[in-house]
This record gives sequence, structure tokens and C-alpha cells, in this order.
Amino acid sequence: MSFVRRVVAIARKDLLAEWRDRESFSAMFFFAFLVLFLFHFALGGDQALIRGASSGLLWLAFTFTSVLGLARSVQGELENDCLDGLLLYPAEREAIYLGKLLGNFLVILVVELVIFPLFAVLYNMDLWSRLPKLLLIAVPGTLGFAAAGTLLSTMTAGLRAREAMLPFLLFPLTIPLILSAVKGTEVVLRGDPFELAMPWLKLMAAFDTVILVASLLTFEYLVEE
Amino acid sequence: MPGPAPAVETRRLVKWYGGYPALRGIDLCVAPGEILALFGSNGAGKTTLLRILAGRVRPTAGTARVAGFEVGKGGDRARGAIGTLAHGHQLYETLTASENLAFAAAMLGLGRASERIAQVLLRVGLEAAAGSSVRTFSSGMKRRLALAKLMLRECKVILLDEPYASLDLQATKLLEEFLMASKIGGVTTILATHNLTMGFGVADRLAILRQGRLVFEGRRDETSLEAFRSLFSLHGELGDVE
Repeated sequence: MSFVRRVVAIARKDLLAEWRDRESFSAMFFFAFLVLFLFHFALGGDQALIRGASSGLLWLAFTFTSVLGLARSVQGELENDCLDGLLLYPAEREAIYLGKLLGNFLVILVVELVIFPLFAVLYNMDLWSRLPKLLLIAVPGTLGFAAAGTLLSTMTAGLRAREAMLPFLLFPLTIPLILSAVKGTEVVLRGDPFELAMPWLKLMAAFDTVILVASLLTFEYLVEE
Repeated sequence: MPGPAPAVETRRLVKWYGGYPALRGIDLCVAPGEILALFGSNGAGKTTLLRILAGRVRPTAGTARVAGFEVGKGGDRARGAIGTLAHGHQLYETLTASENLAFAAAMLGLGRASERIAQVLLRVGLEAAAGSSVRTFSSGMKRRLALAKLMLRECKVILLDEPYASLDLQATKLLEEFLMASKIGGVTTILATHNLTMGFGVADRLAILRQGRLVFEGRRDETSLEAFRSLFSLHGELGDVE
């Protein structure tokens, strides 16, 4: 029971801090808007071109904004040595990891839910009818990205060049996940049968499982000095 | 008849950071209920020693036992026996004082802590600021809230790093009362400080660290503040005191 209580306490603390500050959220939203807006102009009104590039564009916005959120989340723990304080509690390291992961995942997911309508308006696409299927792709994609990002952002927290190191490590590691998410989203946006997205969903589920297990097993050693 | 097992014991404790030796063979023994004041200039190794004892830093060589647990091997149970007050106050500035304490209570596994939180806030004189964001606090108030966080729990060993920094007279008195009450309860305290007068006043035993070595260790009642100050000066450390 204490384990779950600790996971929830950490996630709640991160969400409360984000709600009060809206620092990550503002930066993430602005960045996503900028990416989508610039590509809107670059692609012009060519609907065929937009349809071909839309899933890639969507995940470009998701992943880049997620990195901003992940970096900000660990920055909040570094202020006033809070990360040190967190690690000094008699709490299971797994609870700390899962709490941070849950907080990061929910913040990123909320930003994605704001990006979807923005994308629909800017690119003149009907996403509403496809939203449930899009979420079936977005949730495992975001979970895997947040799981790897939480691990790597904590691992690089002590480095001077942590903001450069996080994307440097995170993007190569999550290539299989991002590719699966892009392909799965493409199936949904094209209006193809959802069965065609199943192999990509399975690949994302496998990635999520591996990264979650690996993170839970290694987190304790990565935070030790 | 042998006495009680030491609450804190280190043997030939060594810590290297890259090519820099932070600790060079520390042998230390602190009995249950004892207060040890650790003095030394910046870089003497005080914080490193406390961080090893708290289980945050792995020693390069040697062993350390705290509250019956070998450091780094006792896991959650060992961390549960140790209370710390770090140099950084380790508070979340976007949260209020009571939210910070509620978070600490959840992490410590304390159930139904709202009454305890109200008590410790009252004890440190922050009851009126319970709902205020820590961001609006002065550094003295933050320090008092960090002390309240320490008071939330029951532990066997307390490790304090520069506890007198940013504390006003009233808060200093409060800290000393807390240390005395803990001592009566059998809690062992190790405090690292630059403040010779304060540390000397509260301690049972005194130790001086210099460049990672323990160069003096003795009982407080065997020396006077002036004699200890001279001894400290002899080790070339006086420039950093107070």
C-alpha cells in the first residue's frame, strides 16, 4: 500500500507543481504550435503532401515537446537538492521511478490532447472521428517515450551538459517506438482498417515492456553516486 | 561487560572523486544518544562523510555502519532509521508548507499525518504560513520548514549538514531543543558545521576533519571553547570559522 501511495504522491506533487507553474506546459505547447505552424506554411495547401507527412509531423511535435517536459521535470528536482532529498526517503527506488514516470506521462499526454485539435485546425483534417483510434496509438507511444525519458533524464541529471545529453541518448534509443507510432498513426489518418496498425501496436507494447522492466531494474544503480 | 553497539561506526573510510581524495581513512565511533560535532573548512570532507553515512554516496574503500545497517546495503530500512537535514533545504518551492510536509509524510509511509503536520508547523512557528507557497518564504523560514520535515519522523540517527546556516536566534534555540529531546530519546546526532560556538555548545564529542583526515577527536567536557578554538587554529582552519 505504501508503494502505491508513494507513486501517487510523487506524481501528484509533479502535477501540482506543473499546474501552479504551467512552465513546462507553456513551453511545450508553444514549441508544438511553432513546429506545426511552420510546417503548415512549408507544405502549403497540398492536401496529398499533408496527408503523407501528417503522422510524421504529429510525432515530431509530440517527441520534441516531450523532451522539453522531461528536461523541465528533472530540473525541478535539481533545485534545492530535491532529488537528493527524494532519494534519501525510505522509499523503494521503483516507486520513485514509477511516480516520476506517471507525472511525466500525464503531462505529456495532456499536451498531446491539446495538440490534436490544433493539428486538425491547422491542417484541415477531421480527427474527431479518429480520435479513439489515435489515442490507442498515442498512449503506448507516449508511455514508452516517457519511460525511457524518465530514466535517461534522471541518469543525466548530474551532468553539466544534461540538456544536450538527454535528446542525444533518448532519440536513438526510442527509434523503434517512434517509427511504430508514426506508422500506426499513418494507418489511422489514412482511414485504413485498424488491423493494419496492429503489428505496430504490438511492437510498441514490446518496447514499452522492455524499457519499463529495464528501467525498474537499473534505476537504483543509475541514481547512486 | 561490553557497552552498547555504536550507533555510527566507520572503519578506514575512503572516498575518491576522480583523482581527488575527499576522505582518507576515517575511523569513527559514535555511541547511541551521543552528539558529535564535526568541524572543518570547506572541502575538508564533512559533507562527503555525511552523504556516505546517509547512504547517498558509495565509499571507495572501507566500511560504515549506521543504526545497525551496513551503509549501502540496508536499503529502505536503513534510510528509514536516518533523518537528515541537508545544506540545501530540499523543499519544493511551488508547493505550500503543508503540502511539502504531506508529501514527506507520504514518502515516509506515515498514515493520517495531518495532525502531526499541524503539530510540527506549530512547533517551528510556521502555522500561519502553512498554506503559503514556499517560494514566498525567507531563507530562515525555509530552514525552519526543513527542520519541521525532520521532526515529522522518528529515527535512530540524525545527520545535519550546516544546520545553523540561515537560522535566527529563535530557530537556533528550537533546533537545540530538538537535538536535546532527541538525545534523551537515545537518538544519535552527527552535525557538520563551521559554527564553532554553536557546535561546541551542543556537542558531547568534537572532531576536526582536515583534507579528508580526522585530525582531532575528543570529548567536549575535556576541553574549553577557547582551548578548542586554539586547537582548531593550529590546524590552520580558523579562517573559515564563523
